[in-house]
Amino acid sequence: MQQKWLFVITPKTKLIDLNLKEVWQYRDLLMLFVKRDVITLYKQTILGPLWYLIQPLFTSVIFTLVFNNVAGIQTGVIPPFLFNLAGITTWNYFKECLTATSDTFKKNEQIFGKVYFPRIIMPMSIVLSNLLKFGIQLLILIAFYLYYALYAGAAIRPSEYLFLFPVLVLCMGMLGLGLGMIISSMVTKYRDLTFLVSFGIQLLMYISLVVIPLSLFQEKGVEWLVMYNPMGYIIEMARYLLLNEGNISQFGIIYTIVSSILALLFGIVIFNKTEKTFIDTI
Amino acid sequence: MMKDDVILKVENLSKQYRLGLVGTGTISHDFNRFLARIRGKEDPYLKIGESNDRSTKGTSEYVWALKDINFEVKRGEILGIIGKNGAGKSTLLKILSKVTGPTTGAIKSKGRIASLLEVGTGFHPEMTGKENIFLNGAILGMTKKEIASKLDEIIEFSGCERYVETPVKRYSSGMKVRLAFAVAAFLEPDILVVDEVLAVGDAEFQKKAIGKMQDISSQGGRTVLFVSHDMGAIQNLCSRLLVLGIGKIDYDGEVKKGIDSYLNGYNILFDSKGFVHLEKPKNTTCFVKSISLLNKDSQITNSIFMGDLLTLLFDVECKSKLDDFEISVFVRLSNGEKIFAIKSSEQLNSKLNVSSNFNLKIDINDMNLMPNDYFIAIAYAIDSVNVLRQEDCIGFKILPNIVSKSNKIINATGEMVFFNCDYTLIYD
Repeated sequence: MQQKWLFVITPKTKLIDLNLKEVWQYRDLLMLFVKRDVITLYKQTILGPLWYLIQPLFTSVIFTLVFNNVAGIQTGVIPPFLFNLAGITTWNYFKECLTATSDTFKKNEQIFGKVYFPRIIMPMSIVLSNLLKFGIQLLILIAFYLYYALYAGAAIRPSEYLFLFPVLVLCMGMLGLGLGMIISSMVTKYRDLTFLVSFGIQLLMYISLVVIPLSLFQEKGVEWLVMYNPMGYIIEMARYLLLNEGNISQFGIIYTIVSSILALLFGIVIFNKTEKTFIDTI
Repeated sequence: MMKDDVILKVENLSKQYRLGLVGTGTISHDFNRFLARIRGKEDPYLKIGESNDRSTKGTSEYVWALKDINFEVKRGEILGIIGKNGAGKSTLLKILSKVTGPTTGAIKSKGRIASLLEVGTGFHPEMTGKENIFLNGAILGMTKKEIASKLDEIIEFSGCERYVETPVKRYSSGMKVRLAFAVAAFLEPDILVVDEVLAVGDAEFQKKAIGKMQDISSQGGRTVLFVSHDMGAIQNLCSRLLVLGIGKIDYDGEVKKGIDSYLNGYNILFDSKGFVHLEKPKNTTCFVKSISLLNKDSQITNSIFMGDLLTLLFDVECKSKLDDFEISVFVRLSNGEKIFAIKSSEQLNSKLNVSSNFNLKIDINDMNLMPNDYFIAIAYAIDSVNVLRQEDCIGFKILPNIVSKSNKIINATGEMVFFNCDYTLIYD
């Protein structure tokens, strides 16, 4: 009798085994996870989704006081508060994507241990639900933008390349997802990385041009600190697109796009290798 | 549809686990594996490894949870899988449901496999029942449209209609199982894997769930793999039985025979006929070390004659003074059917005070159970807090005997108990 198998489970894995057809079949699950993340995050809180706005606002206020008022960092014609808010809003998206995805295997051990679905759905849903959060935070940025431009009379205007902003968001998503998947895969066996992520991301912020503009690094001759950090370029470019302020270079653009794609590909490879047997080692 | 259509084929399936802690030693093993791979050689750690017998001390840190498993399942079959703890049941199910990969071998399937989640896994406590139905369904591989079209049926089957708009965290554990099972029952996979979920939920729901599984296989022509310790449910439901020993298949075939052979395997629990050691539970100052069964001549045994005295002797280690020690004994048939229970809290009119190591003797006079094999489960509690419940910890056999005044051997025709009665003829 002719034997036709629907699928075969074997120990061997191909290097890149991303079954896009399968991911597509589970697209409803992806959206449900996004919905779950969004509606459950602030359940049983009084302020609810307002927390989305409070976080970046308060951080910006503090950063403005500390870095601009006390330490005296100059931001040119851009109001320091807006400068920081733009940086923090953008940075937060990357940070949330990375920290949340880097926990994928450990956090979902329970459910991954019981049932199969394409594991990549989980980190993808995190990147997507954070996109929504990012969108809300962008609204508050726009509100302050308008306030400064129309009432406070600050000489700010967006760059003519503003339409490229989604590309930047895509790069951040890929970078956060890719790095997060790499870390989450390694955390299943060696927990050391959990500690690295939590404080590493704090340190990374300072060399990602979130509060200190690239010009200041160049001025002090420590440009090498930020030269190899794609997030630095992304934040600088984001500010350029939004506020028409900052330096962008051809090298920076190419470097960012290439490293984002590489991070994502590498992440998928490692993630796929791990997902089959991680439940035995976690 | 062909009746003998093989839907699932398991070939030479093995799964190796590494024991012990993950530490710096793990890196060197990983490194050796990596070296072997780049030189195109086989994983060096696959050649070693022992069978997974947890009670013996091994020499290797690698064990085989499953070793060269082969079987086939036909469409529409309900295959029961039983085996002691550590026999590899869960590992097998995990590989079947793609949760973890096999070390060697392959599983070939002609249908979608879905496994029934354990209580509330995949449920988000903050979301309502309805939202969770969608989420859980999607996790199991359904599309939103499929779920929406069956939503009313699912809610009705779960019997949680009043609660569908309430967050799941307010549900009782039974309700969570009902909801989880309801979603899975309407999933319509080709192969449904069920792992002991029915243990929770009341009798009514269990009956409903078992009925549903029978429907799934008889009407839907779908296949069910059912893992359970509940011999009664296995017997009711399954058309074929697989008994797993330590990592290998001990028995494959007819259900009743399989259960018998499996339960006879319990004899290994007998240390020296009618004597069994129990493991010490954690965090207790008082525990039952061993149980032995004595016959009327005070000899340790595991078979007594019908109508005789049966003595249960407990050896209890006790390190502190306790005012309230309760012990209960449950006697069951091999298929799990309950026969009787003896509870110290019900039998004695004062509580048991204990202060140091002691032996407790329980005499059961006139053991008028019919000849058969019986199994004893024990449970004990300190200050009304349960310490341990051990299922099937010891077994005994009742042998045929003359117990009636007629001097005849009583033949059981399916009955379980015998009573000696007085007959009196009365005329008006």
